[in-house]
Amino acid sequence: MKKSVFMGALTLAGLAAGAAAAGTLDDVKARGKLNCGVTTGLVGFAAPNANGEWEGFDVAVCRAVAAAVLGDSTAVEFVPTTGKTRFTALASGEIDMLARNTTWTFSRDVDLKFEFTGVNYYDGQGFMVPKELGVSSAKELDGATVCIQTGTTTELNLADFFRANNISYEPVPIETNAEAQQQYLAGACDVYTTDASGLAATRATFDDPAAHVLLPEIISKEPLGPLVRHGDHEWGDVVRWSLNALIAAEELGITSANIGEMAAGTNNPEINRLLGTEGTLGEMLGLDAGWAKNAIMVGGNYGEVFAKNIGEDTPIGLARGLNAQWTNGGLLYAPPFR
Amino acid sequence: MSDISFVRKEMLPEKAPPASEVGAIGWARHNLFSGWVNSILTLVSLYAIYYVLAGVLPWILQSSWSAQSLKECREVFEAAYGTTHGHACWGVINERWLQLLFGFYPPELYWRPILALLLLLVALSPVLFADHVSYKVLRFTAIYPFLMVWLMWGGPIWGPISAAMGFVVGFAILKFGTGRMGELAAMIAAVAGAVVWWLLLSGTFSSVMSSILPIAIQSVESRQFGGFMLALLLGVVAIGVSLPIGIVLALGRQSDLLIVKSLCIGFIEFIRGVPLITLLFVASLLLNIFLPPGTNFDIILRVMIMMTLFSAAYMAEVIRGGLAALPRGQYEGADSLGLDYWQAQRLIIMPQALKISIPGIVSTFIGIFKDTTLVSIIGLLDVIGLASAIRADTAWNGIYWELFAFIAFLFFVVCFSMSRYSMYLERKLQTGHR
Repeated sequence: MKKSVFMGALTLAGLAAGAAAAGTLDDVKARGKLNCGVTTGLVGFAAPNANGEWEGFDVAVCRAVAAAVLGDSTAVEFVPTTGKTRFTALASGEIDMLARNTTWTFSRDVDLKFEFTGVNYYDGQGFMVPKELGVSSAKELDGATVCIQTGTTTELNLADFFRANNISYEPVPIETNAEAQQQYLAGACDVYTTDASGLAATRATFDDPAAHVLLPEIISKEPLGPLVRHGDHEWGDVVRWSLNALIAAEELGITSANIGEMAAGTNNPEINRLLGTEGTLGEMLGLDAGWAKNAIMVGGNYGEVFAKNIGEDTPIGLARGLNAQWTNGGLLYAPPFR
Repeated sequence: MSDISFVRKEMLPEKAPPASEVGAIGWARHNLFSGWVNSILTLVSLYAIYYVLAGVLPWILQSSWSAQSLKECREVFEAAYGTTHGHACWGVINERWLQLLFGFYPPELYWRPILALLLLLVALSPVLFADHVSYKVLRFTAIYPFLMVWLMWGGPIWGPISAAMGFVVGFAILKFGTGRMGELAAMIAAVAGAVVWWLLLSGTFSSVMSSILPIAIQSVESRQFGGFMLALLLGVVAIGVSLPIGIVLALGRQSDLLIVKSLCIGFIEFIRGVPLITLLFVASLLLNIFLPPGTNFDIILRVMIMMTLFSAAYMAEVIRGGLAALPRGQYEGADSLGLDYWQAQRLIIMPQALKISIPGIVSTFIGIFKDTTLVSIIGLLDVIGLASAIRADTAWNGIYWELFAFIAFLFFVVCFSMSRYSMYLERKLQTGHR
């Protein structure tokens, strides 16, 4: 208490006194707000609009969790994090969860003591080159200069790929995607490499997108997903199953349009369990019976969120690809709600 | 015969000087074409200026203010000029300028930062223009820091008041203690009293007063601060607080008291030896880990403290330079008048030392103001951070120069005004030593 009084006097602005270290779920409920770490800006995944509201594919995950826990998709405090600050912000408790196109890797999961609660986007690292270069495969890139974002998994993948194929490259280190676009367009590098979703988004902004090609090789697996701190399994379950609820909703045909009538009860027991008209799934998570319904009502099911933010009708124009339901040949496979 | 004279008897009327010596032509001949080297240089410079303007002016003027996205901009340019290159898409500024200025501050409360800025000018006026503004406005200047905090963050008014009370407590102890226990003891007691007030009593005081007399305005969280407002806020606080701290440090460094002196030297050299960005990372990352979990130590406050300490160290050295430039006789003159240390500093040393240091002080101010943009690296959405966030909007992805031009314009206005003011101040304080 002493400490908090001291801080309060310093800020002159009233800082919240540190609550007792309860579980994150209780903290979030007590606070009435979810602190969700997002990127400081990535096309389609997270960006503030003109009114200062955050929008995007990762943002939708935050909003779904907030709706599931608090019943209000606007009860989210978006904390912009950079590639350097994201893990510290999560580890120190500044944020409750991180939904920042972060690749699920062994060392982040095990060594950094985080828990990835699922995958909301299966990405992979690709290459973009100007068409006039006449390259059709990444294996022909011997001696190329490559624009690469530092401090990311893409940097390591690139080194691995070139070493494995016994060809050389010259890296041009850059800090942000925006810088990369400028460098690439100015001809500072022959090749730009980053996640394929980022390449597609970048190419869409070019004056003449047709003058640039994405090479067929995808050289890495980049499962991007939300993560929470190690050791708080109740909270991890909430985030995991909120995401799964969106995915299962698409599989079960629940959309933002028909959820009203479906919530009244259907003949499909799994839909009923998911939407809380049967069983006690919400209670097991420590949430209301309508938790999943709230989460789905924010922006619709996974497919709707995808289509709205990054799908083929948006300027980014990503195909579902790996991110289709398992029934359509994709990798999305939500465990049963039982 | 007798009419012939070889010497002119009457004066000729004055003729106008030749056209090549006066007016625009004369000026040009003297200043631009006074020799073949200068003529060549002039022509080259004129061409350079033309070249830059020929590129920049069409970009600025043949532009689109109304487009809703970069794509739309390109369509407009394609239709109007047949090319998409070389035209500014100001639509992004048109749509986002409020966001770039205020960040995520609630739009219905924009009047509060604006009022705070206007009051800042009022509060600064007796300091900046001492000749033209009544001395009494200084009282408002003393209140202003607390008023500004209340306006910017909102909440109950008793928080800032109880913080201000700490200074009152300290001042009271100093005033009434000096006679009884001597100056040094009174000063230590005053500091101790103020700290005790802030640590132990102020929280209780403000919560009790808030329950008795709840005067509050809607509070705004630090996370909602952003844009140019954040740069101004950080800059004003760092500038305003670092000057007094810098003076104290500079005096401390010249002090005869060993401990005071070594503390000041240690602080100055340590802070100056570390890059600002490192301090910002400490503020944003390390402190989070050191502090007990759940302590919510406001990120903007942490950054403010770090920036203030950083600029205070530089300020101290600038002022020490001013002190060193004073002739020894000034110190001895003060001593011979029987002034004590603080009187000598206040009446003789500091006014002269500060006057000497004005250019250095102002350039430190300008530097720290521009350094505020570094906070974008630790994830605060200041004006640079917002620019990249705006680029992440699908409508504006791929837009660069327009945003940076706007940001450069904002910073230029503020920095240029500071620089002009410092020149005015130097002229005003000129006492003819040159």
